[in-house]
Amino acid sequence: MLAIDGTETSIKSFLRTLSPVDQVGAESRAAMLGTRSIKTTSKLWAIDTAISMIDLTTLEGADTPGKVKAICTKAVRPDPIDATVPHVGAVCVYNDMVRIAREHLDNNGGKSIPVAAVSTAFPSGRASLEVKKRDTEDAIANGATEIDMVIDRGAFLSGNLAKVFAEIVCIKEICGERAHLKVILETGELVTYDNVRKASFLAMAAGADFIKTSTGKVTPAATTPVVLVMLEAVRDYFQLTGKRIGVKPAGGIRTTKDAIKQLVLVNETAGPEWLNPELFRIGASALLNDLLMQRMKMHHGQYSGRNYVTLD
Amino acid sequence: MMKFEYAPAPESTAIVDIQSDYNLFIDGKFVPSKGGKRFATMNPANEQVLAKVTQGTAADVDRAVKAATNAYKKTWSKLPGADRGKYLFRIARILQERAREFAVLESMDNGKPIRETRDTDIPLAAAHFFYHAGWADKLEHAGLGANPKAHGVVGQIIPWNFPLLMLAWKIAPALATGNTVVLKPAETTPLTALLFAEVCQQAELPNGVVNIVTGDGATGSALVNHPGIQKIAFTGSTEVGKLIARSVVGTKKALTLELGGKGANIVFEDAPIDETVEGIINGIYFNQGHVCCAGSRLLVQENIKDELIEKLKRRMSMIRVGDPLDKNTDLGAINSKAQLTKIQELAQSGDTEGAERWSPECKLPEKGFWFPPTFFTGVSQSHRIAREEIFGPVLSVITFRTPSEAIEKANNTPYGLSAGIWTDKGSRILWSAQQLKAGVIWANTFNKFDPASPFGGYKESGWGREGGRHGLAAYLKGDM
Repeated sequence: MLAIDGTETSIKSFLRTLSPVDQVGAESRAAMLGTRSIKTTSKLWAIDTAISMIDLTTLEGADTPGKVKAICTKAVRPDPIDATVPHVGAVCVYNDMVRIAREHLDNNGGKSIPVAAVSTAFPSGRASLEVKKRDTEDAIANGATEIDMVIDRGAFLSGNLAKVFAEIVCIKEICGERAHLKVILETGELVTYDNVRKASFLAMAAGADFIKTSTGKVTPAATTPVVLVMLEAVRDYFQLTGKRIGVKPAGGIRTTKDAIKQLVLVNETAGPEWLNPELFRIGASALLNDLLMQRMKMHHGQYSGRNYVTLD
Repeated sequence: MMKFEYAPAPESTAIVDIQSDYNLFIDGKFVPSKGGKRFATMNPANEQVLAKVTQGTAADVDRAVKAATNAYKKTWSKLPGADRGKYLFRIARILQERAREFAVLESMDNGKPIRETRDTDIPLAAAHFFYHAGWADKLEHAGLGANPKAHGVVGQIIPWNFPLLMLAWKIAPALATGNTVVLKPAETTPLTALLFAEVCQQAELPNGVVNIVTGDGATGSALVNHPGIQKIAFTGSTEVGKLIARSVVGTKKALTLELGGKGANIVFEDAPIDETVEGIINGIYFNQGHVCCAGSRLLVQENIKDELIEKLKRRMSMIRVGDPLDKNTDLGAINSKAQLTKIQELAQSGDTEGAERWSPECKLPEKGFWFPPTFFTGVSQSHRIAREEIFGPVLSVITFRTPSEAIEKANNTPYGLSAGIWTDKGSRILWSAQQLKAGVIWANTFNKFDPASPFGGYKESGWGREGGRHGLAAYLKGDM
C-alpha cells in the first residue's frame, strides 16, 4: 500500500517516487494510437460500448427541468425507434437538478441509471470546505449516487498538496457507500503531464473511485495524451495496490471518431479490463447523437442526418 | 470481460499497377537488358511473386554510366542550381501526390506495415527531396568553399530495409549538388525504385540524369568497378561495405558508406519510464528491426531492470503482428527467407550461450517469413547477440550500475552508428552524448529522422554523413 498519512511530507515524498512523463513521447504515443483503424464489426461494437459509457451531461446556467427530463428520457432509450441501443452510463447534472433527474429516470424505466452531480463548488472549486461538504451532502440527499467533485487547483499548483488530499478524503467520507466519487483534476489548468500524473495519484490515494479529466468549462480538456497519462496512472496504481480506479475523460469528445480513439487508448494502455462502464466513462452531450447517426449508418447503410436523431 | 477486437482493416491494393516484367531504366526510358535474365521479387508476407525484374549485366551498367555521363556533360552540369531545384521540387510533389501508391507498393514488396510506409517512409522520402531542392541554388553557402563542384557520375547502391527512403537519401542530394546517378536498388525490393523511375519521367527530368539498374551483388560490383563512376555511395552490410572499400582503394573514386550497427539504448533510473518503453519498442521493433541504427542493445540500470522488463513485456503483448497491409499492424514480415534464417540462427546462439529468451504469445501467419518480437535477458558483453548485428526484432538486455559502466559497455562494439539516452537529467544527457562514440545520439526518443540532420557512423558503421549540410559534402568537391 501507499505510505501516505495525509501529511504534506508523506504526500510529497510519495509523489517524488513517480516516474516523470516525457511530453514529446506521451504525445507521440497518443497520436500513434489515434491512427488505429476501427472498421465494420469492431466499429459497431465500439459504438455500442461508447454509448453505454456516456455520462450524458447538461451543465448550463440555462438548464431547465424540461431539458433535464428530456436528457433522462434519452439516457434510457437513446434512439426512440431502436430498442437495441444500450442505455447510457449515467446522467450528469447540477445539484439542483438531481431530484428532477432521479424521479424522471425512476418513473421512466431508468432505475438502473445513476445520477451524477457535480459538486464542491463546481467548476472552480473556490469555496470553503464547509460549503463543499454541504454541496455534496445535498446532492446525495436528493438522490445522486455519483459525485463529480473538483480539486482545488490553486492549492495543488501552489504546492499545498495536503489541502487537496484532505478535501478529497473528506468528500469521500461523505460519499461513503452511498455514492461513487469521481475526482475532476481539471487538467487544462494543471498544464503539464507531470502534474496530471501526480494529481492522478494524489486523488487515487485519497480515495477517488474515478479520476476525471475536466469540468468541460476549461480548454484544453480531455486531450488524448492527458487521457493516456491518466490511464497509465490507473494501470500502475492497480499494480501497486490491486485496486482498479476508473477514468472519465470529459470535454471536447464530440464525434464517434473521438470516442473510438478513447476506447483504443483504454484497450492498449490500461487494458481490456477497463473497457466497461464501471471503469470508463465519457462525459459528453453532443457525442451521443453522433454515435447514433454512425450506428444508423452502420445498420442501414446510409447516413440519415441530424434530423433523424433527437435534439434536446 | 469485454474484448475489443480490431476487425481487419486492409489497405486496398487497387491503387498499384504492378507489371509482370520490368526492364531497366536507362537514359529516360525503360529498356531491355543486354543478356540479363529476369528474377522474381516476392511479397515476403505471403510468398507470392509480385513481378519479374531484370538482372542488370556489366554491359547494362556500362550503358547506364554512359547515359549518366552524357546527361552530366550535356544538360545537368549546365543547368543553374535554381533549375535543378525546380526538378527536385517537382519530384517531391509527385511523391506526395502518389504517396498512397508508393506506400502500398513498398509494403507489398518489403513486408513492412502500411502504417510505417504511410507515416514514415514515404513522407520522409518526399521531405528529403524538398529539403535538398532548397539547397540546389545555395551550395556556395554550404561552407564547402566559394564554388563547390559536383563529382560527375555517382554510383549508388541501396538496401532493402527502407527502399524508397534510401533512394531519396541518395538521389536527392546527388541531384541537388549537380551530379547524375546510376542507382541499383536491393535485389529483394526493386519495385518502388522502378516506380520512382516513372516519377522521373512524369517530372520530365532530363534523360540520363537518373538511371536505375536492378540486379544482385554482381550488378552492384559492376557498378562499383566501372571506371566512368566518380563517386560511390553505399548503404548496406559492413561485410559488403568492406568489399567495396577494397575495390575502390587506389582509384580516384570518392566513397561514402552507411553500414551496420549495434545501437545501445541506455536507460538510467530517472528515465520517464512509460515513454522509455515506447522508445525501446520503437528502437528495436520498428520496421521489424531491419534498421541499421536500431537500438538493439538495451542497457538498463540494474535497480530498475525488473520494473522496466515488466512494463516492456506488457507493452510487447500489445504489438500486433501480421498482414503488413492491415492498417493496425505494428510488426510486419521479415524481408526474405535468407534474413529470417540469419535471425533464427543468431537467436539460437542466444539460447545456446545461456541468455533467456522471451516473446509474447502471438500467432504468426503460416505463409511468408515471420519472427515474433523477442528479447533476451541475462545477456553479457561476450554473447554473440550482444556483438553481432541481428537486423531483426530481437533485443539484447544488458544491465549496468554506474553511468561510466553504461558508456563503457555502449562503446565496446566495433560499430558506432546510433545510441539512445533515457534520463530526466539534462546534464546527464549532455555528459553521455559527449562520451558515446556514435554518429547519431537520441535523447528521450529513438529512430527520429529529419533531412536537415546528418546521419552516419563511427568505426565499422561507415564513412561520411548523409543529410543536412554535412551530407552535401559527400557529393561536392570543395575548393578549400
